[in-house]
Amino acid sequence: MRSDRGDRAPRALTLAAIAGLLFLHLPLLLIFLYAFTTEEKSYAFPPPGFTSKWFGVVWERQDIWDSIWLSVKVAAIATAIALVLGTCAAAAVSRAKFFGRDYISLLFILPIALPGIITGISLRSAFSIMDIPFSAWTIVLGHATFCIVVVYNNALARFRRLSENMIEASMDLGANGFQTFRHVVLPNIASALLAGGMLAFALSFDEVIVTTFTSGTGVSSKTLPIWMLDELIRPRQRPVTNVVAIFVVAVTFVPILAAYYLTREGEHTGGAGK
Amino acid sequence: MKPAVSFQHVSRHFGSVRAVDDVSLDIGEGEFFALLGPSGSGKTTCLRLIAGFEQPTSGHIEIAGETAEGVPPYKRNVNTVFQDYALFPHMTVLDNVAYGLMVRGISRPERHAEAEIALSLVALPGYGARRPSQLSGGQRQRVALARALVNKPRVLLLDEPLGALDLKLREQMQVELKTLQRNLGITFVFVTHDQGEALSMADRVAIFNNGKIVQAGTPEDVYERPMVKFVADFVGSSNVLPPEFSERLGGPRKWTSLRPERISVGQGTGASVLARVNSVHYQGSVTRIVADTGGQRIAANVPAGGLRVTEGENISLHWPLTAMHAMDDG
Repeated sequence: MRSDRGDRAPRALTLAAIAGLLFLHLPLLLIFLYAFTTEEKSYAFPPPGFTSKWFGVVWERQDIWDSIWLSVKVAAIATAIALVLGTCAAAAVSRAKFFGRDYISLLFILPIALPGIITGISLRSAFSIMDIPFSAWTIVLGHATFCIVVVYNNALARFRRLSENMIEASMDLGANGFQTFRHVVLPNIASALLAGGMLAFALSFDEVIVTTFTSGTGVSSKTLPIWMLDELIRPRQRPVTNVVAIFVVAVTFVPILAAYYLTREGEHTGGAGK
Repeated sequence: MKPAVSFQHVSRHFGSVRAVDDVSLDIGEGEFFALLGPSGSGKTTCLRLIAGFEQPTSGHIEIAGETAEGVPPYKRNVNTVFQDYALFPHMTVLDNVAYGLMVRGISRPERHAEAEIALSLVALPGYGARRPSQLSGGQRQRVALARALVNKPRVLLLDEPLGALDLKLREQMQVELKTLQRNLGITFVFVTHDQGEALSMADRVAIFNNGKIVQAGTPEDVYERPMVKFVADFVGSSNVLPPEFSERLGGPRKWTSLRPERISVGQGTGASVLARVNSVHYQGSVTRIVADTGGQRIAANVPAGGLRVTEGENISLHWPLTAMHAMDDG
């Protein structure tokens, strides 16, 4: 039941909502604030002065650039693997009917529901047993486990809306399997794949737990989040970490926002095309 | 001349279900052929066997004299109008219609010109720039038709294409489809569960029940001379009279079919019975009277403006002996 008086929330609820938002976002603002502080050893409030010199310092440090490059590389490759495998799995599960299909679907989603620490430990043991040396590639494999899930979920939802008849219509009109995929299936799932891929990239880019277990020990195996964690323990040039944090926020926030708008739009067009 | 489509003892089983069970059938070149039957009777599976979406479990299919088994749908010179039209939502109407030509590698200007011609054929000229979502149900149906016809198929398959349209539009499309088929000379194979649709449009009708063809013939054949009880009952509506009853009234000692419109009330020659009116249903052009005579229900159609009867009244029913058509028990 909706009443006419109900369009204004009670004051207490409004306050609670504001408090909740502040609690979520104030720490983010602090990161921005302390990226510009002149004090480099502690988070004194208010900051004694403001400077933009830390951006220059970050620019000069090779270890940061290495970490950023590693993170981007890992996220890109893990996302690429997830796009291929996730799409194939979603296509199979949505189209074919076979024994145990629902369980297989559950198994695909499990890695994102499992605590990262379990995934991490199991992967580390598996790599050790198989004598696979830890490298950027082991991190990629670790990240691919949960990246596949987001791609799979996005693609599955879209495949279910794609009418089976549409694929048959394409074949009926003379298109072979490849042409049907290129001209009918791909255009209909493209925005879902883009959204899934962006989410996967963002997830991989700031992953810590699985990375800890699947990366080696050398400097060259530090992804950006791991580098930041290490940096916090050592109290030198603290604002540098904050500058990098701003960079991470930018890199992950933009794709997530884009993914949000893409999938929202997809629902409109997908629903109208029946 | 080779038949356009030929089924020789074709079966299609899904597990233990015999969706199509030993069907033999010849559809002539240029024929408008209807596959009629209740849902689950195998008619749609037959259509999918012709299109190539299903392969027969056993038996042999020929399309235009060539073996069809093992030939994938995209290599068959057969096109389908799907029940839900299955238009591509991400393409314009023109690109939808031109799709079959596009995948064959025909140049853009050429295929768009062909698609325009096909659109005017279905009375939708100038609709090419729109999206399928901007069209009404009837217009989408025409686009689906144009998209199939643009490929100049040997056989056009239509899977309950009028099912989603309202009555007025459906009647209009029946006439248009029939005219289109006559003008193009393409073989149409039409799946429907609507017996009126099948009778009014088709040159020949095959009636399906439980995966088998129970009778095939012209609309007059199946309506006037049903061979089995199922056909008498499914095509139109009929009084199916048991052998004893039929014999007592001067008919053969067999199950017989008696069409309600052949019965007159009050006076007439031939067979006659006294009956008590159970119910009266006004249907506009006719009034249907359901009456009971010694445990046998008989339905009669009386033309509008005829005599008035009321429930519970005793009436006499008459029909010519030739109106009783003997059938097999099946």
